[in-house]
Amino acid sequence: MSYITKPRFAHPHLPVNALGLTRRDYEGAMSTLCAGCGHDSISAAIIQACAEVSMPPHRVAKLSGIGCSSKTPTYFLSKSHGFNSVHGRMPSIATGANLANRDLAYIGISGDGDTASIGLGQFCHAVRRQLNMMYIVENNGTYGLTKGQLSATADHGARSKVGEVNLYEAIDLVSLAVQLGASFVGRSFSGDKEQLVPMIKAALSHDGFAFIDVISPCVTFNNHVGSTKSFEYVREHNLALNKPDFVPVRDEITASYEPDSTHEVTLHDGSVVHLHKLSEEFDPTDRVAVLNTLQEHERRGEIPTGIVYINPEMPELHEIIQTVEQPLNSLTEKDLCPGIDALEAINASLR
Amino acid sequence: MPELASINEFVIKFANVNGTGSASANGLFAKSVFRMGVPVSPRNIFPSNIQGLPTWYEVRVSESGHLGRRGGVDIMVAMNPQSFQEDYESVLPGGYLLYDSTKPLDTGPLRKDIRWIGIPLTRICLAEYADPKQRQLFKNIVYVGALAALLDMEFEGLTGLVGDQFKGKEKLIAPNVHALELGYQYAHEHFECPIGITVRRSDAAGDRILVDGNSAAALGAVYAGATVAAWYPITPSTSLVDAFSSYCERLRLDPGTGQKKFAIVQAEDELAAMGVVIGAAWNGARSFTATSGPGVSLMSEFLGLAYFAEIPVVLFDIQRGGPSTGMPTRTQQADLLAAAYASHGDTRHVLLFPEDPHEAFEFAAQAFDLAERLQTPVIMMSDLDLGMNDWTTRPFEWDPERVYDRGKVLDAEALEKAADWGRYLDVDGDGIGYRTYPGTHPEKGAYFVRGTSHNEYARYTEAGEPYVRVMNRLLEKFETARELVPNPLVEGSTQGDSLQGVLYFGTTSASVREALESLQAEGVELDTMRLRAFPFSKEVRAFIERHRTVFVVEMNRDAQLRSLIVNDLEIDPAKLVPVLHYDGLPVTSRFIHDSITGHLAPGARAGRGRGPQRALTGSEKSE
Repeated sequence: MSYITKPRFAHPHLPVNALGLTRRDYEGAMSTLCAGCGHDSISAAIIQACAEVSMPPHRVAKLSGIGCSSKTPTYFLSKSHGFNSVHGRMPSIATGANLANRDLAYIGISGDGDTASIGLGQFCHAVRRQLNMMYIVENNGTYGLTKGQLSATADHGARSKVGEVNLYEAIDLVSLAVQLGASFVGRSFSGDKEQLVPMIKAALSHDGFAFIDVISPCVTFNNHVGSTKSFEYVREHNLALNKPDFVPVRDEITASYEPDSTHEVTLHDGSVVHLHKLSEEFDPTDRVAVLNTLQEHERRGEIPTGIVYINPEMPELHEIIQTVEQPLNSLTEKDLCPGIDALEAINASLR
Repeated sequence: MPELASINEFVIKFANVNGTGSASANGLFAKSVFRMGVPVSPRNIFPSNIQGLPTWYEVRVSESGHLGRRGGVDIMVAMNPQSFQEDYESVLPGGYLLYDSTKPLDTGPLRKDIRWIGIPLTRICLAEYADPKQRQLFKNIVYVGALAALLDMEFEGLTGLVGDQFKGKEKLIAPNVHALELGYQYAHEHFECPIGITVRRSDAAGDRILVDGNSAAALGAVYAGATVAAWYPITPSTSLVDAFSSYCERLRLDPGTGQKKFAIVQAEDELAAMGVVIGAAWNGARSFTATSGPGVSLMSEFLGLAYFAEIPVVLFDIQRGGPSTGMPTRTQQADLLAAAYASHGDTRHVLLFPEDPHEAFEFAAQAFDLAERLQTPVIMMSDLDLGMNDWTTRPFEWDPERVYDRGKVLDAEALEKAADWGRYLDVDGDGIGYRTYPGTHPEKGAYFVRGTSHNEYARYTEAGEPYVRVMNRLLEKFETARELVPNPLVEGSTQGDSLQGVLYFGTTSASVREALESLQAEGVELDTMRLRAFPFSKEVRAFIERHRTVFVVEMNRDAQLRSLIVNDLEIDPAKLVPVLHYDGLPVTSRFIHDSITGHLAPGARAGRGRGPQRALTGSEKSE
């Protein structure tokens, strides 16, 4: 980590977004993670994405569990409320927060230990409830804070820094999320900003559970030969299924795309995601095909990245349970208390 | 043989097979007594089973308003061959046994000291109904009809109730009324009616209502403006969220759109249920969960977070028999310590102890005000007896002028004016800081809530000094809680000058009061105090200090309330004598009476053995 205080100095001609804010307005505190940590690149991508879609920082709530990844919400969006909860339990906190106020944007940051092990149950249930949030797993296949134990996303046969070989099958969170019904699922690499930033922008505009698995090598404990989550290994085996290009609702679509080479998906708020096809047969709107494709690539030892599944039509939790449009946390006595006459009627019915 | 005789004062117990439709018939009986203006307290003693195991329904009928269990059975309706032997043995001498006389009984030598009332229920139903299901269901209704004749009850009351019960399913009314008539007529034709025990119209019940504690608490949550409920099914708390759901469906739909002004999540487990509640509370919605002991164990991690991060959650603990899965369908007050100190590290939580459904409604509503005022978890300690049984209780009350106390929350305007805001700064000297909800102000009021050590500005710190400051402020906040929670009540007619006192709380209260009346009639005067919350107020200390011996009545093995008192008030344990009952059934007034008399008897204090001094412990002979 760095020891210097983050300077408040900013270039006077930094570009401003639709809210008149610069990138600096989306930053957080100085990171305390190891120098070169993939997680810091993800924080930078979140900052850039939020700034570019002109997200009002205070209308975002950022939540996390425990672990290196879960520390990162401190390092972006300092004007947002944050909740650093307990290990593996962020999904339930996010569920309650979202139920209380459907008008905020929710960003959940978790790690592979937090999501694939201790919090696997909570993760699964947040997905199947179609919670409207963006959920990022910063996936490095190792327990960094406790110094390098193998995690449940470590590949079978992968070797830890001290030479321990993983004897168990890996949990693939991307396939799991698709299977459980997430309406937006992506995988990216912390070293691939070109792919990650537009993916985050699309996820932020998506209504429903948007899951992104970001492979984020641990420079200290999982970046050696024998690791399948090292920078070198991921770069060599990364197979991009598509390259997302996000067009916010207010921007005119100027570029024209070859219909055969792109998937165009219009999101709930009217913004558009163009997915430049890199793999001819792949259709990210067909859930069965997606699961097959993922398995195929896995068999070949490849790491498929891109927006692997998207369905903007699926209802999110509030639509499913039919809550009022007004955030529940803004309702008052007048809206909520049935009053004395109703109580007298209840008393009478109990006699 | 002298037969028991009384008017409006008796205990009747129904022994049935689970899943045979007896519950609604027995409920019909209890409610019809209540409709005659007589206080009743019915209790379901049921197995953890859907069909086939024995189940009992014990109804205390008491003109004088004694609603606790008395002990002993005056009339037994023995419908279950599996439990027949123990059922008939439990009838008090001079009592009555109503049984199905279709087939001869294969018991041993029959008791001569009780009156046998045989009604061929199976034969009557075989003759009357063709459908096997009806033959089973109506047997129950037939014995209720017979009881109406035997006890001289108002028959029209019963038929009126049947009408209420089957509103919307009118075609069921006539056959049910017919079944009642069959029993009524059979009893009149074959026995001298009424028997010695009768029910007579009264005004003793007054304006009271008949309702269970879980429904009452749920309604309290509705009135208090709770909008988010998350839960995981567990007996005996499930019906609380069910009731919240059905009240909300009636009272909380937007009239224009039909959309819901509430959200209920059936979570994947109790951990997640508490997580949802914490997330919603942090984000400014009143939210709660309901569970029982096993759920409290699972929620402990999150309760520690809510304590340390200061998030106002409300938890209803409907206690059952522990430890572990314990006695899932029996009652206890054995989660006190687990709830009061839930979670690792130094934690302590506010507890509320309602005694009946009226108070369950009131405390449920108050729990939200207290939680938000104190920014901490508030746990209402109910139990299976209160939660799942119908109680004759004072009607629900609500002040139309009542305003929710949302506690210290800064809105955008207040943040604009605030000079040096820190989430955990104690500016008022009551140990409570000012919260902000996410999304309030573009520039001000954002902070990071966390379970890690933090300073007054919610920033992570590993420094000892700010950590100690925060921990000490939480203690000051607990002292504020001591002032705000419901005060203990001094009850009963004898007060102030006895050397002995009694402390009690929750659902033992009715039995304690009855026991004290009987002790008083025998010349034993005791002062009383009913505790209604933890932490304990100064009055509790004063009460204990004023007496030489203080009996502490509770339903657990380890005298948990006594431990809480000793720990919270730093009281000499020697003068606190436990009266402990923990067989899973609600304590009876006779047990409390005998425990206290046993202790007060000359020479009774010697040779008590190890552990805390005990008046009398454990269970009573099964009745």
